[in-house]
Amino acid sequence: MDCTGLCEVLTQGGTDPGLAQFLSILLGVLLVVTVPLITVIFLIWIERKIAARIQDRLGPNRVGPFGLLQTFADLIKLLAKEDITPASADRLLYNAAPLLSLAAVALIWAVVPYTPYHVGADLDIGALYFVAVASLGTLAIMIAGWASNNKYALLGAFRVVALLVSYEIPLVFALLVPVMLAGSMSMVDIIHAQSGMWFIFMAPLAGVLFFISSQAETGRAPFDLIEAESELVAGFNIEYSGMKFGMFFAAEFLHVFTNGVLITILFLGGWYFPGWQMPLIAFMWLGLKAFIPYFISLWIRNTVPRLRIDQVMKFNWFFLVPLSIVNVLILAFLVMVLKEIGWVPVDETGAMALAQAGFIELLPMTIVLFISNVLICVPIVNRLRRMGVEQRAAREQLRTQRAMAAGD
Amino acid sequence: MTLQAFAPIGVLIIIALIIGVIILMISRVFGPHNPSFRKNAPYESGMKPIGPGTRRMPVKFYLVAVLFIIFDVEVIFFMPWAVAMRDLGVYGLIVMGVFTLILVVGFIYEWKKGALEWE
Amino acid sequence: MIQFDFSTIAFFVFAVLTLGGALGVVTNRNLFRGTIWLMVSLFGVAGLYVLLSAPFLAAVQVLVYIGAIAILFTFAVMLTRSLTRLNVRYTRLWPSALGAVLLFAMLVIGVIWPVFGGNELYNQPISDVVRTTTDLGVALVSGEGYVLPFEVASILLTGAMIGAIVIARDADEEEMEQ
Repeated sequence: MDCTGLCEVLTQGGTDPGLAQFLSILLGVLLVVTVPLITVIFLIWIERKIAARIQDRLGPNRVGPFGLLQTFADLIKLLAKEDITPASADRLLYNAAPLLSLAAVALIWAVVPYTPYHVGADLDIGALYFVAVASLGTLAIMIAGWASNNKYALLGAFRVVALLVSYEIPLVFALLVPVMLAGSMSMVDIIHAQSGMWFIFMAPLAGVLFFISSQAETGRAPFDLIEAESELVAGFNIEYSGMKFGMFFAAEFLHVFTNGVLITILFLGGWYFPGWQMPLIAFMWLGLKAFIPYFISLWIRNTVPRLRIDQVMKFNWFFLVPLSIVNVLILAFLVMVLKEIGWVPVDETGAMALAQAGFIELLPMTIVLFISNVLICVPIVNRLRRMGVEQRAAREQLRTQRAMAAGD
Repeated sequence: MTLQAFAPIGVLIIIALIIGVIILMISRVFGPHNPSFRKNAPYESGMKPIGPGTRRMPVKFYLVAVLFIIFDVEVIFFMPWAVAMRDLGVYGLIVMGVFTLILVVGFIYEWKKGALEWE
Repeated sequence: MIQFDFSTIAFFVFAVLTLGGALGVVTNRNLFRGTIWLMVSLFGVAGLYVLLSAPFLAAVQVLVYIGAIAILFTFAVMLTRSLTRLNVRYTRLWPSALGAVLLFAMLVIGVIWPVFGGNELYNQPISDVVRTTTDLGVALVSGEGYVLPFEVASILLTGAMIGAIVIARDADEEEMEQ
């Protein structure tokens, strides 16, 4: 690794080069860890405020200005709670599960490019890395459910894991689209490829599919079978108390915002701010854009009711999975055709290169892709609407029959 | 080099684990600790727990897991293709189309058999 | 002569994880815990892939084995009646041990043999022969590459899909009858 920045300064100061390199990596990693850990404290406050506003309440407003310190008070409360391990639990795995859950989300942030110059690790396989690491969270839930030795916990864990693994398929297929357009799995390359045009305009369908499946991956409404209070009490984390519960809680809240950041990187152009490349502005711009999907996610969570598990599974296997696969193939085909026509910007070797193209050059390609996506959507949305109408009619008929039977 | 690109991730894993353990330790130190038989019993809505906590699960979960693995592997075959798509041209698209078509046959069989239903 | 740099330390850590996890699998009586130990072992293997400059394979290892196979195993364990508290003694120890040793010997010979043949490929560390994911994609679908195995893989996956349904349906019907 080239020794620049802090590493260079330390080496000139007489430190051993190996040690200097290690220290600079350590400091960088500490920064990468600190950002999400500090963010999550404020995210909990923001989420509670937004939820309260949607439900016509005030939300936390007693501790500190605007209730800003509420989360700290909660944190202290959680730390002071008794740490109960059920007698029949598998002690080692029971304690390891919350750790793994939080670590899985924190590890995603390693490949997040904060600014043009700051990224924890720019891996060639960044996109695949974050899917792989996120799947560790699924395992953590399974471990938690089993190690608690509780019927609700196990049943909750089974349901959630079945849900999470099912929705991972459309998530990864939707992820293929930005990878395909950028021709790379590196998060930095994907951002650079969007310098002219955001991918959300080229592949809106993939963006929506990614958003829906990531909403399911966090276990938020309408996919919140994870804590079906009325049936499973609290799901897989029922036996957890104190800070161990707090870690699951923090992991979930952080995961929602992490998904917002990932959507921003993959579809909304990451830190690209027109005109400026200053690190601080880029960082704030990334955070600001990440709030769009984050806010929509909260909005949906507080608006729609919970779905049953059979409905959720049906929606995934009969709708999202086929659609996401078809979407990838159609997009690949269209890009190929557009390249033959000459509407796709190419580099010297004749390969597609979006990174070097400007807004105007990309406009015809974007318009064609956007229209094709809309055309795919129209019959699908129509079909869904018809299904909804039919089901509602069937239910209405059933109700009338019952009413007549009761009247006899 | 790959290894050096991965070094921060190794450090991150270690730091994440250390932070996690510290959080668990703090709550152990600050919180009270007086377990009792009733408190440590598994939660079952206030009733005495009946039977073991872990019991047999329906086969449909297993089926979902198998389907997931198959599609996961399929996605992994798609990944390098998606990265190299711009170099491959029409030929690559045809090869991938055949690959997908064979899988679609299996998917339709599944659909017709009702394996995707959650009853 | 072993140089103690970062990669050597990493190699030993991953080797310990791999072997320790494998030991945990065979010594544990609890099948669920055995699964978790297997995942520790496979994580170590993923680390070794990183050391061999195969990050794509490492990510796939974590995604498929730790993310998917672990879930499949736990679901399979929970299908059984009481395999989480196993107390059946396995009696045919010697034939199994012999089989395992033979298999291991074959692997070792297969890996070590070409090195003595003066093969050009083995004169440099494998980690120096860096291949990108793009190369992998090209190799998978190109005519000179692996296009046939690639298409056969999809037939294999379809077969697995159909097989899973057949087995699960049978088990379901049995359960219904009971």
